[in-house]
Amino acid sequence: MIGWIDTLLQGLLLGGLYALFAVGLSLMFGVMRLVNIAHGDFIVLAAFLAIGIALGVPAGPALLLAMVLPVMVVAGYGLQRGVLNRTLGKDILPPLLVTFGLSIIIQNVLLEVFSADSRGLSAGGLETQSLRIAGDLAIGWLPLITLLAALGLTFALEWLFGHTTLGRAFRATSDDPQAAELQGIDHRRVYALATAIAFAVVTVAGVFLALRTTVSPSDGPGYLLYAFEAVILGGLGSFWGTFAGALVLGVAQGIGFRLDPGWGILVGHLVFLAVLLVRPQGLFPRTRD
Amino acid sequence: MPAALVHRATRASRVAGVAAIVAVLVLASLPAWADPSTLRLFVEFACLLALAQMWNLLAGYGGLVSVGQQGYLGVGGYALVAAADLGGLNPFLCVPLAGAVAALVAVPTSRIVFRLQGGYFAIGTWVVAESLRLVASNTAAVGGGTGTSLISIREFPKALRESVTFWIALAVAVGAVAALYWLLRSRHGLALAAIRDSERAAASQGVDIAATKFWVYVIAAFGCGVVGALYFLVNLRISPDAAFGVSWTAFVIFIVVIGGIGTIEGPIIGTLLFFVLRETLADFGTWYLIVLGLVAVVVMVRFPRGLWGYVAERFDLHLFPVRRRVSAGDT
Repeated sequence: MIGWIDTLLQGLLLGGLYALFAVGLSLMFGVMRLVNIAHGDFIVLAAFLAIGIALGVPAGPALLLAMVLPVMVVAGYGLQRGVLNRTLGKDILPPLLVTFGLSIIIQNVLLEVFSADSRGLSAGGLETQSLRIAGDLAIGWLPLITLLAALGLTFALEWLFGHTTLGRAFRATSDDPQAAELQGIDHRRVYALATAIAFAVVTVAGVFLALRTTVSPSDGPGYLLYAFEAVILGGLGSFWGTFAGALVLGVAQGIGFRLDPGWGILVGHLVFLAVLLVRPQGLFPRTRD
Repeated sequence: MPAALVHRATRASRVAGVAAIVAVLVLASLPAWADPSTLRLFVEFACLLALAQMWNLLAGYGGLVSVGQQGYLGVGGYALVAAADLGGLNPFLCVPLAGAVAALVAVPTSRIVFRLQGGYFAIGTWVVAESLRLVASNTAAVGGGTGTSLISIREFPKALRESVTFWIALAVAVGAVAALYWLLRSRHGLALAAIRDSERAAASQGVDIAATKFWVYVIAAFGCGVVGALYFLVNLRISPDAAFGVSWTAFVIFIVVIGGIGTIEGPIIGTLLFFVLRETLADFGTWYLIVLGLVAVVVMVRFPRGLWGYVAERFDLHLFPVRRRVSAGDT
């Protein structure tokens, strides 16, 4: 019994990390219907930027995050304005192909620079400390902080969308870019701001990823799939839905890993496919796309 | 008043047709005088060309942008190993069988992935391919994560094996191009072209969109399954990562987009270009993938219809004409 409660708890904590992967993707999906195939690779890129800096400068995780964040935000803004905005339109192939191309480029550049080895970041001893709940039941501080960070970011994004001028511009552009344009909103700029914010989330995800486990240049596609599954499982149109979808995915994988170490990820995929079959709008949908 | 004439063949297409037949005949004699490495290179070429045409059918005509065709390739490869080594069937005869197995897997799968639209469909197909990879990695009978070797083919002498595999590859490549050409010139091709241009307008003309897309998906899965069996017939060693790797689809998408999506000539040009690029940049390791990615991004942003799309428009050149043209006749 206690074993299953532990599995559930560890699954929820794993879901916290997946929520960090997923909310950035959910933001770009939501505002511009852009399916970014390179999303996972950008997470890995952010992780490797932090790892690369840590090789030269002795800095803690918070300082590393503060250093990588502006780089990634500017990169996201520039990428959207310079490349991705040109691909958006009625045809879905150009954005898919361009982000697929970026995915291949990022993976192979990282492979050239950092080799195929797995690397991680040190959390200064935090990674081994845990919080005892009762008896044999304990949860690690780092996974708990990851989950809280995901919770905080989800809350912040919901607030941004619901209560700020920028959020209103995001929602208006999402509903109808032309009508938003008539109200004086430059949708190209709004898209670029959305990507910049998504890249800030991606950076947080990348740093937490590198703290919790090791990363290798070819890991990106796997993270893209988890993020995508969380978004679809949760239902489109709300960050809380994505957050819940990520927890469901984390628990599903946790149960799978407990049944057989080789099955964890497969069980996650199968739960996703099963939900798609019986409830294609997702578990907690807010809007219909 | 002169009656209107409908025709499709052009002088260029007749010349191209004769040239294609001559080329196929010359290629068919290759095992008699070429060295094994050339034969092997051609088999790889045939695999990528057939895959590219299948993806072209899916994305260029059916509007189904899949990133998960490697799933069916892997199913085909593993079906070959299972049927030939575990089932004791003739490995060469397993090639069409592998296609049939992949098509069978595609039938229930289509019910799930067709719930997703556009970009979501793309990643959904990828999830399916990953699930199939994990199933193969967890199946001890086919070697689990490390894979296994095709043993039953060793009973055939090497020269016979190479020649037969080469002829199968030639048949697969010619078959993929011919099947697509025939399909697009048929009644169904008209429906596919209509769907490509506008789903809503096609539906209003009585085209059964759901059924057409279903058949396109199943046919493409069959083609990918055949290629999977063919590829591992030469490679002799199969592993989940090699069979279900997304790089298959990455190469194929780049080939089709650079060559020209929605044309039969485009993927042929794209595959030739891919091999030229690969053989020239082979010494630069991963840089060739980076260059390939960059070329694809630039082509997509600047020339969205690819190299052949540009040529066809500029010079009105159609080697495999599927469109009907109307001209004033003299009868």
